[in-house]
Amino acid sequence: MARREQIEEVFEDTQKGKHLIFLLDNEYFGIEIKYVTEIIGVQSITAVPGQSHYVKGIINLRGKIIPVIDVRILFHRKEKAYDDRTCTVVIEIGEVCIGLIVDRVSEVVLMAEGDIVAAPQVSGEKQNRFIKKIGKVGNEVRLLIDCEKLLDENELESLEKLA
Amino acid sequence: MNSDLTRESLLEVFIYESQKLLGELEQAILESEKTKSIDDAAINKIFRAMHTIKGSSSMMCFNNIASLTHSVEDLFYFLREEKPAKVDSGVITDVVLECADFIKVEMQKLENGSEPNGNEKFLAEKVKELLLFIKQDNGATAQKDVKSQSKAGSAVLETKAEKKAQDASFFGLRADEKCYRVTIYFQEDCGMENIRAYNAVHTLIECSRIFRFIPEDILENNETVQTIKNEGFKLYFCSDMKLEELENLISQILYISRLELDEVSLQEASGEILNQPKETVEQLATTSVQEAVQPKGEVETKPVETLSSEVKQVEAKKPEEHAASTQKFISVNVAKLDKLMDLMGELVISEAMVTQHPELAGIKLKNYYKASRQLKKITSEMQDTVMEIRMVPLSSTFQKINRLARDMGRKLEKEIDLEIIGEETEVDKNIIENISDPLMHIIRNSMDHGIETQEERLNKGKPSKGRIILEAKNTGGEVWIIVKDDGKGLDRQRILEKAKKAKLLHKPESEVSDREIYSMIFLPGFSTKENVTEFSGRGVGMDVVKKNIEKLGGVVLIDSKPGEGTTISIRIPLTLAIIDGMIISVGKWRYIVPTISIKESFRLKQKELIIDPEGNEMLMVRGECYPVIRMEKLFCVEDGKKKMEEGIFLMVEDDEDAACLFVDKLIGKQQVVVKAIPKFIKRVRGISGCTLLGDGEVSLIMDVAALVRE
Repeated sequence: MARREQIEEVFEDTQKGKHLIFLLDNEYFGIEIKYVTEIIGVQSITAVPGQSHYVKGIINLRGKIIPVIDVRILFHRKEKAYDDRTCTVVIEIGEVCIGLIVDRVSEVVLMAEGDIVAAPQVSGEKQNRFIKKIGKVGNEVRLLIDCEKLLDENELESLEKLA
Repeated sequence: MNSDLTRESLLEVFIYESQKLLGELEQAILESEKTKSIDDAAINKIFRAMHTIKGSSSMMCFNNIASLTHSVEDLFYFLREEKPAKVDSGVITDVVLECADFIKVEMQKLENGSEPNGNEKFLAEKVKELLLFIKQDNGATAQKDVKSQSKAGSAVLETKAEKKAQDASFFGLRADEKCYRVTIYFQEDCGMENIRAYNAVHTLIECSRIFRFIPEDILENNETVQTIKNEGFKLYFCSDMKLEELENLISQILYISRLELDEVSLQEASGEILNQPKETVEQLATTSVQEAVQPKGEVETKPVETLSSEVKQVEAKKPEEHAASTQKFISVNVAKLDKLMDLMGELVISEAMVTQHPELAGIKLKNYYKASRQLKKITSEMQDTVMEIRMVPLSSTFQKINRLARDMGRKLEKEIDLEIIGEETEVDKNIIENISDPLMHIIRNSMDHGIETQEERLNKGKPSKGRIILEAKNTGGEVWIIVKDDGKGLDRQRILEKAKKAKLLHKPESEVSDREIYSMIFLPGFSTKENVTEFSGRGVGMDVVKKNIEKLGGVVLIDSKPGEGTTISIRIPLTLAIIDGMIISVGKWRYIVPTISIKESFRLKQKELIIDPEGNEMLMVRGECYPVIRMEKLFCVEDGKKKMEEGIFLMVEDDEDAACLFVDKLIGKQQVVVKAIPKFIKRVRGISGCTLLGDGEVSLIMDVAALVRE
């Protein structure tokens, strides 16, 4: 009986605490692995007019059409040309699928609950709206992206647009 | 765990079946109400529906539904067998609809995952009383019924009943039992005191042993009504229930004005009782036990068996309708259909990729092309068939509206004639689910705001019955649903004033067209009604309607004539999935314009372009003037051709409006699979969807209607 419970516990925890780390210039960011479905190279993007400036357009992912966001633009950095190491991280939150274009993908790390703390509040900077928590890896710090906030922000903007 | 899974699927089937049956039942009873009589076909339909629901709900252990349907079944059994002459169909309709509503509410609870715990006792009592009333009204048949029902019982049943009667006549008290006497007085003018007294007997016999009641001949003798009125109805019984419990139980019987419940000793009781023939008690005991709504196996089986054999006979008589319908349909999980449709879409794309492969360009392959044409034909037909599978007729939605109109008409005291045209029009299942709420809202509006009271109508010279026409039709690529009423129309002035007050007017008053004014009612929070009623007035309806319709890719249009009425049309694109499109290029992007919207294409010279004082560009074609829409400006495309000579014009139209699109090149015609714009992307006016071209690139599909309507 006890063994069975143990096994079930392990099964549940496989994804918990694991984050995918990616790079924008020299800064490392993390995203919870439970949201990530796949990582692909950059494909040809079809632009869609009337979107937020960080939404680059839509791509064809094996028959599924998903929107892609350029995270550099999202965090107010200068746009860089895509090279062969630029990746699209496909995340899925509930029913919504989006692709995030990042400079490089680094690794997957396991962060214990104690290593994750709330991010300091600096008002005014848009970057902070998507970063709720910070994770510690060794001596370094990774900014963890709040995926659900990405969706909410988008909702808000569409509502504002309609009003 | 395994049983949970099967219970889930059983539950789903139960809900689905019962809802279907309830829908048919409602239809049948509403028809009967219109014709003011309940014909055999309707009775059978309703009886069967109730019988089936009773069976399945008993199996699922939803006893309240089972008990209610049982009473209705009894009622309709009587109607079918005895064919009573004096029947008030209006009253029956009301009761049946109330029961149907109760069951619907319970279904709703089940769907939400909660317990169906509604108390059906009041309704069940009502139905039983109605049945008794009809029996009473139609005279001696009541007595015959009592006897015939007791004969229909099995041997097991009879001995049980007899036993009960015997016990009663033994006058022996069991452990914990006390002897009671209760005198019941009914309310003045409640009518049918003898029937109500019988009800009391029935209620008590379920939990106690009645040995006498006075007067005894309540069912056969109408004079007992007077006796009960004067002296009250007396019952002597033994029960192990406490005094308070008994009082509660008895006071739940309808129309009781007061009751006197006393504990008596056996000697007193026997002393007070006059000599009455034992048979009455036995008879009543038998029938009560039979009619007892306890879902105990044995008691129920025999009557049900006899009934079911009769039902079989009835079914044999009506082979065409019912038997035919059970064989023709099969219920399919919607997820499977979705998957089939997706695969079909992929097949169309693949077929295009094979037959139009760039590597084949220019090579002469006669037989190959013959074969590929054949392939295209078959794929086309398959695609049409798969689309049709998902299509469901609108009639179920329209019938719901029938019911709504009837109920609302009653509440508002307005007589409405609802004319339904084209209910057999079929639409995709998705659409049906999302359109019924908006439609109901629009009808509610028509009835509440639009149609005037009978007085007002007569004063205006209109017929006293309001008229609402609900029409559905298929027009090429769209389904149109039109709601037209002959009420007082929209008040242009009031809307204008409200808009001004709410600062929603962006143009000078004189320039606002009628259509624009009427469309203001779609803005959230807009309502010109002063009071909020149960049905409307809060201003939350129309904008939700508009959003819901737009979610389906459709539009809502309003037209109105003051004093004459309002027409609201909903237009929804029919086949969301696959359309014929023309690929056009603008800059480095390719877009698709649905061929159905393209009227013609042509080239023009720069000087033929007309520019009006505000800078809008226009064209003259065969004497008509059309606005020009430059694609590259619209979608902010770089490198789009700007000079007239370098590009080409496409005249596109939607219903009444038309415009000329200026694009770079026409690439070719292709059948495309429409894919919805992903949720994250914000809706853009002018884009209705996207698709994958043969080379894998994503292309946006233009929404001509939105562009042209400006």
